[in-house]
Amino acid sequence: MSWLLAVPIAIPFATAVFAFLLRNGAAGRWVSVAGSAALLAASAVLMQAVLAEGVVAGQMGSWPAPFGITLVADLLSAVMVVITAIIALAVSVYALADIGPAEERLGYHALFQVLIAGVTGAFLTGDLFNLYVWFEVMLISSFGLLVLGGRAEQIDGGVKYVALNLVSTILFLTGIGLLYGMTGTLNMADLSIAVDGADQGLLTVVAMLFMIAFGVKAAVFPLFFWLPAAYHTPAFSVSAVFAGLLTKVGVYALIRMFTLVFDHDTGLTHTILLWVACLTMVTGVLGAAAQGDMRRILSFHIVSQIGYMVLGLALLTPLAIVGAVFYLVHHIIVKANLFLIAGVADRLTGGTALSRIGGLYASAPLLAALFLVPAFSLAGFPPLSGFWAKFLLVKAALEIEGWVIAAVALAVGLLTIYSMTKIWAQAFWEPHPEGREPRLSDLPAGQRWAMLAPIMALAALTVFIGLFPEPFVAFAERAAAQLLDPTDYVETVLGDRG
Amino acid sequence: METLLALTIGALVAAAVYLMLAQNVLRFIFGLVLISNAANLTIFLAGRLTEGAPPLIAEGADMPAGLVANALPQALVLTAIVIGFGLFAFAIVLVFRAWTSLGTLDADQMRLAEPEEPRA
Repeated sequence: MSWLLAVPIAIPFATAVFAFLLRNGAAGRWVSVAGSAALLAASAVLMQAVLAEGVVAGQMGSWPAPFGITLVADLLSAVMVVITAIIALAVSVYALADIGPAEERLGYHALFQVLIAGVTGAFLTGDLFNLYVWFEVMLISSFGLLVLGGRAEQIDGGVKYVALNLVSTILFLTGIGLLYGMTGTLNMADLSIAVDGADQGLLTVVAMLFMIAFGVKAAVFPLFFWLPAAYHTPAFSVSAVFAGLLTKVGVYALIRMFTLVFDHDTGLTHTILLWVACLTMVTGVLGAAAQGDMRRILSFHIVSQIGYMVLGLALLTPLAIVGAVFYLVHHIIVKANLFLIAGVADRLTGGTALSRIGGLYASAPLLAALFLVPAFSLAGFPPLSGFWAKFLLVKAALEIEGWVIAAVALAVGLLTIYSMTKIWAQAFWEPHPEGREPRLSDLPAGQRWAMLAPIMALAALTVFIGLFPEPFVAFAERAAAQLLDPTDYVETVLGDRG
Repeated sequence: METLLALTIGALVAAAVYLMLAQNVLRFIFGLVLISNAANLTIFLAGRLTEGAPPLIAEGADMPAGLVANALPQALVLTAIVIGFGLFAFAIVLVFRAWTSLGTLDADQMRLAEPEEPRA
């Protein structure tokens, strides 16, 4: 079964090679689209296998666990790979219109596909050092994408992004070293057993190193400063894929490590996570309220929304984990979509600074309608996906009588609407300050549909999850049950030991 | 030997933190290089030190006879060094580009992507 797990990593790598070889013509971009479509098919097959058989594990190079490198997919990993493929496909179609030949010659499509390979690798690996390697794959390609084109603004954002992410990487590496020294293993399933015999006090110290390292990646308070400094500077396709996927890999790593390995002292670790979650929600949304640029507002909202996911992990009740998983999936779709819409708004009105654009509602009502779907979903309006995500988390908080936590989560939802109405009022409602009437029909037909089709598809997905949440919640419940009782995960990985 | 290495790691981290607190971005990168080497040494030390016992398995045997050095941390460190090399090469070029296009390496003055809000 191991090929099932390797294929979603191999496809983007292979696509990257071909896209790089074909970077001087128009063929490269179609290779990228085809590769993303193939990835979606492969991830659907993997998802089917995990749904049918439970956790799927494979040992690379036939070295038995815990000595070799394990790839493993439980329901959480599988759904993350599927959603990665969906975003990859949406963004690579969007890139047909958004990325010019100059950026293509610099290898945009190859870097993009390597980034996707890094993300799927991080979701599928069952080995801690291997996770580090996938983080690096992701990081180095994201560095390239971020500064591609080399405008001064990008370089400025890039320096901050690179510096803080490297610090996080080194903390992660130190944590790996110390954990290996204490337990003698780096296989995550094996670790979940081996940590029981370790010095619990020291283990908590190491857990803190991991919390900070993944906290930087996930952009939680007070470690998020690199994100709003950098995410509004690159091309819109790049922003969208960063916003959708990168921080969520950090959240995934937090959820994985703090349910599977570091669950020995939840009184301390998860209380810290709870404070972090609440402060992240609040600072993110207040930061957004102070901004005057569409992409910067959206960047701060990423931070705020990460707080909700960490909140689910911090509460650590079955319902809270269900909420976190549901939130993760919903958020990736919605956030990527908002950045894609910002890209169209930029194309039509000539910028994303709210004071200098406007008039989209009158002249491009379709775009306005498409903006409302993810914007309201982000704020948590019924019947969109964000409503159910917030509903699950708030209910989980109320169940353990965390009145303040529930109040914070709801208040942050309200403030989210505030900055969404700010975008709505200034970019859509008010007339354009230079009197321009930006119409969608101004764009050439091919480009128009390359940009609008992925936005429509993602918006439709948001509405669909919102109208029929039942199967998705049921799925999140199964995924959460696997996370809270990792027996199946551990046995499947180590079963081959014989 | 362990104590000596532990002290070295401590000294490297201290120097690195000092450098990383500087306003100059180039100093920050140098600090990162130092601290990444401290991390590598940590992994190496975590595998325990064994003197003069290469992990060689005699022909025909499945296992080494007696206590030998742990090869895994060395493989990990090697990987980390290679990855670190790539990242720092990129980081240093990026800082050089920042110097040529922004004209400063003072972290406080690098405000192009995050312009100061006009005060009301």
